[in-house]
Amino acid sequence: MSKLTVTIDHKKIEIPEGSTVLDAARAANVYIPTLCDDPLLEPFGACRLCVVEIEGYRGLPTACSTPATEGMIIHTSSPLVEVNRRTSMNLLLSDHPLDCQHCVANMDCDLQSVAAFVGVREQPYQGERRAYDIDESNPFYGRDLEKCILCGKCVRACDELQGRQAISFGYRGFASKITTPFDLPIWDSTCESCGRCVDMCPTAALYDKSAMKHGTHTGETRTTCPYCGVGCGLVLETRNGEIVGARGDRENSVNEGHTCVKGRYGWEYVQHPDRVKKPLVRQYLLDGKEKSKVTDRKSKDWDFVETDWDTVLNITAEKLATIRDTHGADSIGFMTSAKCLNEENYLMNKLARQVIGTNSIDHCARL
Amino acid sequence: MGSYSAIREWADKEVSQQTADKARIVIGLGTCGIAAGGNAILTAAKNTVANNDEIKAKVVSVGCIGICYKEPLLDIEIPGKPRLSYGPVTAGETKRILENVFINNEYEHKKALAVIGEDSFSDIPSWHEVPFFAPQERTVLRNCGFINPEKIEDYIANDGYAGLSRALLDMTPAQVVDETLKAGLRGRGGAGFPAGRKWNIAADNIRALRASQPELDSYGYVICNADEGDPGAFMNRSVLEGDPHSVIEGMTIAGYAIGASFGYIYCRAEYPLAIERLKLALDQAREKNLLGENILETDFSFDIKLKEGAGAFVCGEETALIASIEGLRGMPMPRPPYPAQSGLWGKPTIINNVETLNNVPVILAKGAEAWATKGTEKSKGTKTFALTGKVENTGLIEVELGMSLRKVIYEIGGGIPDGKEFKAAQTGGPSGGCLPKEQLDLPIDYEALAKAGSIMGSGGLVIMDESTCMVDVARYFLTFTQSESCGKCVPCRLGTKRMLEILTRITAGHGKIEDIALLEELAPSIRDSSLCGLGQSAPNPVLTTLKYFRDEYEAHILEGRCPAGQCKALITYSIDPATCTGCMVCMRACPTEAITGARKEIHVLDPELCTRCDTCRQVCKFDAVLVV
Repeated sequence: MSKLTVTIDHKKIEIPEGSTVLDAARAANVYIPTLCDDPLLEPFGACRLCVVEIEGYRGLPTACSTPATEGMIIHTSSPLVEVNRRTSMNLLLSDHPLDCQHCVANMDCDLQSVAAFVGVREQPYQGERRAYDIDESNPFYGRDLEKCILCGKCVRACDELQGRQAISFGYRGFASKITTPFDLPIWDSTCESCGRCVDMCPTAALYDKSAMKHGTHTGETRTTCPYCGVGCGLVLETRNGEIVGARGDRENSVNEGHTCVKGRYGWEYVQHPDRVKKPLVRQYLLDGKEKSKVTDRKSKDWDFVETDWDTVLNITAEKLATIRDTHGADSIGFMTSAKCLNEENYLMNKLARQVIGTNSIDHCARL
Repeated sequence: MGSYSAIREWADKEVSQQTADKARIVIGLGTCGIAAGGNAILTAAKNTVANNDEIKAKVVSVGCIGICYKEPLLDIEIPGKPRLSYGPVTAGETKRILENVFINNEYEHKKALAVIGEDSFSDIPSWHEVPFFAPQERTVLRNCGFINPEKIEDYIANDGYAGLSRALLDMTPAQVVDETLKAGLRGRGGAGFPAGRKWNIAADNIRALRASQPELDSYGYVICNADEGDPGAFMNRSVLEGDPHSVIEGMTIAGYAIGASFGYIYCRAEYPLAIERLKLALDQAREKNLLGENILETDFSFDIKLKEGAGAFVCGEETALIASIEGLRGMPMPRPPYPAQSGLWGKPTIINNVETLNNVPVILAKGAEAWATKGTEKSKGTKTFALTGKVENTGLIEVELGMSLRKVIYEIGGGIPDGKEFKAAQTGGPSGGCLPKEQLDLPIDYEALAKAGSIMGSGGLVIMDESTCMVDVARYFLTFTQSESCGKCVPCRLGTKRMLEILTRITAGHGKIEDIALLEELAPSIRDSSLCGLGQSAPNPVLTTLKYFRDEYEAHILEGRCPAGQCKALITYSIDPATCTGCMVCMRACPTEAITGARKEIHVLDPELCTRCDTCRQVCKFDAVLVV
């Protein structure tokens, strides 16, 4: 790819052709604040915080949407830029609840950090604030539109990344808001609860309900989602050794931060008291009794007891062999799982066809 | 039907058959004419003709001729005699005038407005001598009010489609672009970007696309922006209603010039008559092979689809308009890419205003040089304006660019009614600015208006007199832009909201002197950092009123006084005991019973009960109601 040279804040830098001014700034390690930009989404130009001055250009173009051209001279913090950026930020904050300490996004909020960078010191524009009820219809996340800055990231993530188009901009002027068709609760829309919008929201307008129960997480662990064979990368958020949240791993080339509802929200089982962590087997099997002899199902014989893997595998192998020998191999069928790896499924196939001798094997993903 | 000469011959024959030996009774039935009662005049005229064997005339309806303040109009055209225009007329008068003219051979001079033609007739002046028409130059409105917009033959017989014929048969696409460039035609939608330059960029991009992907169905589009949304503006509507073929011809020529084979007319759904006439005109053009496959037996094919807009002001912005055609919410996108690079469905697209496209056939038919004789060095040609507000003669006008505001207001407009004083002229609608009397000699051209803080806009021209409060005017326009903001970008969505709140505060008497500083801080920021033209121009009414009428802001804030006597919170009504005659008229008219008194006794107004509705002042014959 051919390169071009631009100058950002007196710093010369070479960047690939097709880069935007924002790309160039990032390459040059010059920070330009943004609220509606995301590298995974098309440029949108809504928040107007990334405005810059470009020599020879009229007005204040936005860095996110302006293609860099050869020889371009860019100023990212001229007095004019600073003034306009501060006005935009003041305007945003004039219609935003200022209760950061009580907010679920406290210390994890783009609006907060950009406001800190811009340096707002007073609120000159006092006026009406939008008032909406929180939409709690979705079991996994809530929508508090009073905190929404209409950056449109959720709308674009739902459209460009997830392809659901469950939400869009509605109404006009000050009354503009992100809405479902016919302004129904989100649970009545086509939303699949993949949580991408929540992940991208720069404020707490979209928040995970689970996050309301505790403060910020203290640790992060990158792992692979155990649910299906896609192998999405997850980042598990932990606090005192317990999982308190999960999000898609943006660094993972498999999913680039994307997950389905299960990967993002289906992690509570990990810490659930009912979770089976060791093999369980019924007492009568351990005792070597025949099932037909255990008539009282309320008796101790019928209880599950914890044991070790060797024991249960031996019992299972023995039972399978007996059934095969008595009733024939085709009386046995195998059902494998999407949670298994390819290798594990391959081995299951071998077990069914070669060891037991049946072709009756299927997989839950086919259901 | 194939060649242009054959079509022209057919049209001439049709038109001469229509008019041969037969008088025409012409009734203006644009939306304005219909609103003023034009349909009743049409019915009355038809009945009169049907009931009188002696009246041998054809009743035809035409578009608006522009003289709105005299609607409804009745024109009579008898072979061998000039066309006479009467107005305003009632249905009863229509019958009487027609019988008098046709049966008794008596012209009613009192009701006659003018002769629509070169010469005067007895003592009725030619329209060139009538102050409203005299300074006007009709290029865009060449056919409006003259031809029947529902008959293609009328248009063709008036040199219609001659420009298209010349372009297709005698010129290459590049020559057509050059001709437009040479004419210096600038976009009439507001910004004034040279149309030829836009076409050139699109033509280059289409050529490149065709070279790289030879198998595509479509390479580019021509869009006609007919989403006229300024409050009080009706130039485009009148052109579409009165001369729809001019726009279709302009689009087809543009399509040929840039190498596009398809076009869209994006017309607001609030213009039902324009849409009806456009649909009819499109069908007629297709039937005559002036649209569709192999136009005029050439290799060039072009067709047009009509898209009705749902009436959002922001959809006049080109990227929002494209989104709307694509079925998306009308929201602007950052440029670049410009539509001429990547527009509708990602293809190079040109978007021109109705009036821009209407000029194109004239440029092609008469040549760039002939067209460019009018106007100033940088602003060529003529421009239509919807002249409204506090001016004697309201209507649709067309003037040579470079004419002074004073001439437009005082000659064409006939000055300010009721002997009041001119205060401001608002050009460009909510995106424009208010110009004070010191700017009356400003020539109307793109640069001069921009320098004065306003814009040419699409042609809204609202005149205000001394009874208009400029703070309230700014508040009104901000109410409009705020409610029409698409909500996408922060400065426009929230900036206009905060400005509106400040202006509302000032007009309600709660303003603080710091509010002026806040406005002066907000306005330039909104202008400089908004995403699209709507936001970038929304502060103009505030900036210009602050620049030219700062004293009014200060009077509201510092003295608690509205100099124009408009802001209800700041005015008090009382009855002047010296002039009150005790006639009880105001007392009866007051809706809140705030006025008490008896016959021949001086009345008293209770300010506590008064809602400042102004009724008493309006009904008082003795000017005894005082407003302070």
